[in-house]
Amino acid sequence: MIRDITIGQYYPADSILHRLDPRVKLSGTLIYIVCLFLVKNLWGYLIAALCLGAIIRLSKVPFGFIVRGLKTIIILLLFTVAFNLFLTSGTPIFEWKFIRITKEGVSLAFSMAVRLILLILGSSLMTFTTTPNQLTDGMESLLGPLKKLHVPVHEIAMMMSIALRFIPILLEETDKIMKAQQARGADFETGGIIKRAKAMVPILVPLFISAFRRAGDLAMAMEARCYRGGEGRTKMKPLKYHKPDGIAWVAIVCFIALTVVSRRF
Amino acid sequence: MAIILDKLDYVYSPGTAYEKHALKNINLVINDGEFIGIIGHTGSGKSTLIQHMNGLVKATGGTVYYNGADIYDEDYKLKDLRTKVGLVFQYPEHQLFETTVLKDVQFGPKNLGLPPLEVDLRAYDALKQVGIGDDLIDASPFELSGGQKRRVAIAGVLAMKPEVLILDEPTAGLDPKGRDEILDQIAKIHKEQKITVILVSHSMEDVAKYVDRIIVMNHGEAVYDGAPKEVFAHYKELEQIGLAAPQVTYAMHALRDAGIPVTTDATTVEEARDAILAWYREEKK
Repeated sequence: MIRDITIGQYYPADSILHRLDPRVKLSGTLIYIVCLFLVKNLWGYLIAALCLGAIIRLSKVPFGFIVRGLKTIIILLLFTVAFNLFLTSGTPIFEWKFIRITKEGVSLAFSMAVRLILLILGSSLMTFTTTPNQLTDGMESLLGPLKKLHVPVHEIAMMMSIALRFIPILLEETDKIMKAQQARGADFETGGIIKRAKAMVPILVPLFISAFRRAGDLAMAMEARCYRGGEGRTKMKPLKYHKPDGIAWVAIVCFIALTVVSRRF
Repeated sequence: MAIILDKLDYVYSPGTAYEKHALKNINLVINDGEFIGIIGHTGSGKSTLIQHMNGLVKATGGTVYYNGADIYDEDYKLKDLRTKVGLVFQYPEHQLFETTVLKDVQFGPKNLGLPPLEVDLRAYDALKQVGIGDDLIDASPFELSGGQKRRVAIAGVLAMKPEVLILDEPTAGLDPKGRDEILDQIAKIHKEQKITVILVSHSMEDVAKYVDRIIVMNHGEAVYDGAPKEVFAHYKELEQIGLAAPQVTYAMHALRDAGIPVTTDATTVEEARDAILAWYREEKK
């Protein structure tokens, strides 16, 4: 059950997308997200969805696997749709007692839902095709100019990559602790909210302890290998642009152009 | 006829890149009162196998019978099964969460809905069985040493009075003294309470010394199943799958190869000593 959370995981496969430079993927994802909010009409969403579909095909990550990541945001999605649907004012198209659905509400709810879904799919596709190490490298290199402003770019990138790295570990740990407590007769499935919340204590306490222990171990292991921040640190595999990266940039620019053009229809 | 595993199959995350066939057609009968050792190297399916025995993992094929009842039946109460088949996980000290040792051990019996007096009684009893003294009962479990923590965690499962006790690598990460203490206590519990004990380990010495039946796992299959002597007779094959027989087995075979006609089926140091002495007396005559 808990293994179903796929956001932030890496999916090993051999595809063009996996081999792409992380900087391209990072900026591409960012541009994609920005473009999603520039979209004004159905055409724009169609373009965005089709492009994402094509990229997913290229990535060789099974579609079902990516969609599973949506499960975790389903509640957020329902709330967004409900709020926009019922609370937007405008020309009513359906009225029954206190429920009132407006034309504006429908279109707003639709566009918010589509945006949210595409946003999650797009960004999880990036983490599926990029290892945490590559992500950090890419982020560090993209944020590099900020170093001049004394922003601790390397440290931020390192923290983010460690956080990403810990997601699957902690999920696995949760799974293990849940099983261990179930073996001692713990029951997480029945009872009211308060009983269920109380039932979480035997999971959360060991989970926090193990998270701190792991963090301590990791810090120790890093120090033992003389890690002391980004200053003067060189890379074993420095990032270099190759031909496919150039093609990807061209595709990204085309996508921006298409999105902008779609606004005019 | 306590636990029967019938054509058990288990596939991890089917249909994804992480798909793994963890168990392949496992057929085992675990009888009441047996002391069984399950050995196999990392990733051979030992831990997955034992999690099927109390229904924490549902097989993708085949079924498990406990005392004749199919545990995958819709109206079978898995919670009851979990109290009868006590499972102590690897590094069980990582599941401790209460403020005192006593409260943590009480967690299991409390979940069974027992009256408070019975809960107390069982907790004290279980702590005594694992050798945790009265002075530690009100301590925080996080203040204890590694070996003590582990024993408290084992007591937490014992307090549920299981009919079958399964321990996954109970000695991992302990020093030799802590290891012997825990294994001796487990052997004592097995003897005194006549419960079935299943010990998962990759230390041949541990297993050979205590258990009366060994199941060898390799790549999700149960490759050998028999008394230690029978299983360790395959020591050459065991080596091929990354395991080894106890050191005495090698010593006895080496003696025999050197022309000393000792029996080679000794699996513990004591048995080896007896075999060598028997040969020596024979020689002296």
